[in-house]
Order: sequence, then C-alpha cells, then structure tokens
Amino acid sequence: MSTYLLIESRDAFDSKDVAAYCDLAMQLTHGGHNVVLFLVQNGVFMARADAQTQLLQKAVSNGVVVLAEEFSLRERGVSLQGLAEGVECSPLDRVVEEMAKGVNVIWH
Amino acid sequence: MEAKKTLTFAIMDAPFEQARSTTALRLIGIAVQRGHDVNVFAYEGAVGLTFSKQRIHANEIHGRNAEEENHPLPHRWIASLIKEASQNGTKLNWVNCGLCVDERGADDAIEGVRRGTPADFLAFAEHSDNTLVIPTR
Repeated sequence: MSTYLLIESRDAFDSKDVAAYCDLAMQLTHGGHNVVLFLVQNGVFMARADAQTQLLQKAVSNGVVVLAEEFSLRERGVSLQGLAEGVECSPLDRVVEEMAKGVNVIWH
Repeated sequence: MEAKKTLTFAIMDAPFEQARSTTALRLIGIAVQRGHDVNVFAYEGAVGLTFSKQRIHANEIHGRNAEEENHPLPHRWIASLIKEASQNGTKLNWVNCGLCVDERGADDAIEGVRRGTPADFLAFAEHSDNTLVIPTR
C-alpha cells in the first residue's frame, strides 16, 4: 500500500481533465492506497461550499483526503468558512513534508 | 526538525506567464528553508527565470516610478534562495537545460546557476529522495 499526493492546480470549471484526476484519486483509494488530493491555484475554486460540482464530495466519500492550499484560497477570496464539507485548509508546506517522506507526488 | 532529504523539482514555465512559476518557487523556497538539499532542473521557458537581465520598470499609467512599482523579479528570488541554502549549509543546485538556453538566447544567468542537459535531471532524480515535475498545461 502506497501513499499518493495528487496536486490539482486546474479549475474544474475550466478543464474536464479535473474530473478524470479525481477519478484517479478514487481508483487509487479503491486499490487500497492512501490518497491526498491537494488543491492549489485555481484548483481551490471547486472547494467552495457553493461550487456547483460534486467532484470533491464524491472524492471525500470515497476516502480521499482533500486539502485546499491556504494562500491560493486567500488570493481568490475564499474564506475558510466557505469551504465545502470534508475539505481542509493546508499550507503549501504540506507538499514538501510529504515529498520528504517519499510519498508519490504528481502535479496536474 | 525533520531529517534532511534531497528533493528535485523539474519546471518548465517561463517567468511572468503562469501561476505555476510562483508556486514552484514557493515550493523550492520551503524546501530550502526546511534544510533540504534541493535540485532544480529548468526546462524550456523556465530557463528564463534565472536570466540576469530582467529588470524593474516604472508604471507610468499608475504614476509609480520603478522603486514604487517594486516589480518582483524571479532572478532576485532565486539568488536569495541560493544564498539562503549556502548559509544553511545545504545546496540549491539549479541547472538550466542548455539547448533551451540556446534557443531562447537566455545565456546570462545569475551566479550559482549552470547549464546542463536532461542527463542532469536523470542524475538528480536517481539520487533524490523524491522528485516533483511541474509540467506546462
């Protein structure tokens, strides 16, 4: 069993690939792996509570840990209170921490 | 304090064009600040990040002189990270892809940066604890 840090930088409303990336995250959890989906840059837009997408709710309910990068949220005016259920805020440092642990890290 | 690791980053975006460049430099900065040895292989447009001839400019539309405009320059950021790594007793090895430098005429890089080839990136990755590739869109 491995751990994956999947970094999502793209806006789900701008790129259809984001849905496929979330599917990848869920396939990995179904395969018994630990998966963290780390939203950064415009990827944090889908972390808003009122975003019209079910991608993150589906990922969370399938065992994916979903984090939204603190600075990206602040840049885009998304408050911590406005985050979707199951999404946590995280500093970018988390990426370096996970890299140092040897986690499989992929940028999308 | 976490154990010192060797982390490699491969980046490709030119300066001033994409948020990826800023995020990449933030990640590299965090890795340096945390005391890791860091390798960076800059490919394609990313070789422009260390171009020493970037310079600040005024903003006449908004009535700001060059100092007031305070335009950030990637080469200054990278130079400060190279210095910080040295002061920490760690390394920030920054390699620009040589052919990419030639294509773009970006020969004048800041001190502490060298040109290399994809073989350097392979060597970095093979001898690192982890590698993150940040591709272009």
